[in-house]
Amino acid sequence: MTAPTGSADLDRGRVRVVRGVPRSSPRPRGGSGTPWLYLAPALVVLGGLLAYPIYQLGLISLFHYTQAQVSGGEPTTFEGFGNYAELFADERFWQVLLATVLFAAACVVCTLAVGCALAVLLTRVRAVPRLALMLAALGAWATPAVTGSTVWLFLFDPDFGPVNRVLGLGDHSWTYGRLSAFFLVLLEVVWCSFPFVMVTVYAGIRAVPSEVLEAAALDGASQWRIWRSVLAPMLRPILVVVTIQSVIWDFKVFTQIYVMTNGGGIAGQNLVLNVYAYQQAFASSQYSLGAAIGVVMLLILLTVTLVYLRLLRRQGEEL
Amino acid sequence: MNPVRRTVRRPGRLAAETAALLTAAVVAFPLYWMVLSAFKPAGEIESSEPRPWTLAPTLDSFRRVFGQQEFGRYFLNSVVVAVAVVIASALIAFLAATAVTRFRFRMRTTLLIMFLVAQMVPVEALTIPLFFVMRDFGQLNTLWSLILPHIAFSLPFAIWMLRGFVKAVPEALEEAAYIDGASRARFLWQILFPLVLPGLVATSVFSFISTWNDFLFAKSFIISDISQSTLPMALLVFYKPDEPDWGGVMAASTVMTIPVLVFFVLVQRRLVSGLGGAVKD
Repeated sequence: MTAPTGSADLDRGRVRVVRGVPRSSPRPRGGSGTPWLYLAPALVVLGGLLAYPIYQLGLISLFHYTQAQVSGGEPTTFEGFGNYAELFADERFWQVLLATVLFAAACVVCTLAVGCALAVLLTRVRAVPRLALMLAALGAWATPAVTGSTVWLFLFDPDFGPVNRVLGLGDHSWTYGRLSAFFLVLLEVVWCSFPFVMVTVYAGIRAVPSEVLEAAALDGASQWRIWRSVLAPMLRPILVVVTIQSVIWDFKVFTQIYVMTNGGGIAGQNLVLNVYAYQQAFASSQYSLGAAIGVVMLLILLTVTLVYLRLLRRQGEEL
Repeated sequence: MNPVRRTVRRPGRLAAETAALLTAAVVAFPLYWMVLSAFKPAGEIESSEPRPWTLAPTLDSFRRVFGQQEFGRYFLNSVVVAVAVVIASALIAFLAATAVTRFRFRMRTTLLIMFLVAQMVPVEALTIPLFFVMRDFGQLNTLWSLILPHIAFSLPFAIWMLRGFVKAVPEALEEAAYIDGASRARFLWQILFPLVLPGLVATSVFSFISTWNDFLFAKSFIISDISQSTLPMALLVFYKPDEPDWGGVMAASTVMTIPVLVFFVLVQRRLVSGLGGAVKD
């Protein structure tokens, strides 16, 4: 994900001058087969376990494929876009899609806000508080999703959790209501994903020459002004990376929802696309419907990727 | 340091440091509660007045966890899968990153865009086709069904991340090596590889975590032979939504989290500088 940035190279897509000019970086040497030799293992693995499954996913979504077909009891029949028609006609699908987008958006906004604010905070403090915050964040980051989910559930447990006691909420159940269940999952997601943003943005701020900041401070700029007019523009490439990465991660949240709301919440009130696809495929054996949901997700994330690529190009990023 | 800057900064510092320490406490609290609950006796866990300390720590919960059928086996499986994925994807990504940064060939840009796009593929959506692939090759219920997909999913990210590190090794070094008569393979493994190692460490953190965390594949591909299962599944044995054994869940969670935590703290410096190096290129 890291988009190396700030490289002075011009965008090769638009400016072809660099071609043929001896450059410091890549150039052919020796047999032209060598790079392919180096790439071979990666391409084999990616082809077999990524490209081929994607193709299969598309294919399954066009067939009628349920338990009967899997066990060979009935022949598979070509459905064309029948599965998609069924999916789009289902009100449930649109509800889940809307919930997924809103939930992911909320997670991304909170993660970025917390991550950036704490990154700035880290630059303001001496070594000991910085180390404390860094270690705490690394701890949250290192916590596996399953573990984090169960721990947060326990913290908010209506009977034995400390949160309700401290807040005086009695035996209020957080997973019972739709919004409060989503809120609880959001807390866990932000907790385990802000450290990546914080560490990356902090590394980015550290890379900004201190003279620039001192000059701004000498000129009488306020902290907010320094952030807005000096840091934010310089950090923009990093901010783009962490934003896109967060969008991708949060759009695909699976484990937290699955574990914390016990497979999608009461009557499926907390389903997101990922969990919905999984439930359709593996719990209801509607493999083709699950695959169609997967294709929809794939298309949404590809759109995000294209936006990302355009942003990179506009910044003159050399690929 | 500049005196002007110092006077500008002083007043806010105390507030900033208090805020940092408070935030650290809040962020660390779930982990503290996890470890604490793992050591609490059953009576204290099931108390309606939970206290943030315990005067009677006990290993009961851990005994239950390790006494559970083959918990050690699950742990070992998790380690095998994670280590295999980390090593394989680091080596494969290193070769691929070298190819796309130190050679110029047709399709190079196309390949890079493909690696980028591959990062965005929702892994979860591929569970269905991968299930059939694994079934067709008879790999369901084996660790391979976890190792192989995770190598594939870690690769695109690892290649992107390593690019910056491979690029940073000066071209002159490569030329000097060839002039001194080093073969291409020798340059690759004895010069480039050690220089890129810090980058590989940062990359490995990500592949390790995503593999160690995996819940979906373990749940979907290891269906009948639970001796091939991994830690997340073992943990869920204690977590039954209607009547969870919180002590057991927290003890299992502790056992599952500690290795990652240790790994993180060990590579902490390199991770931060690695991320910094990768993003600033």
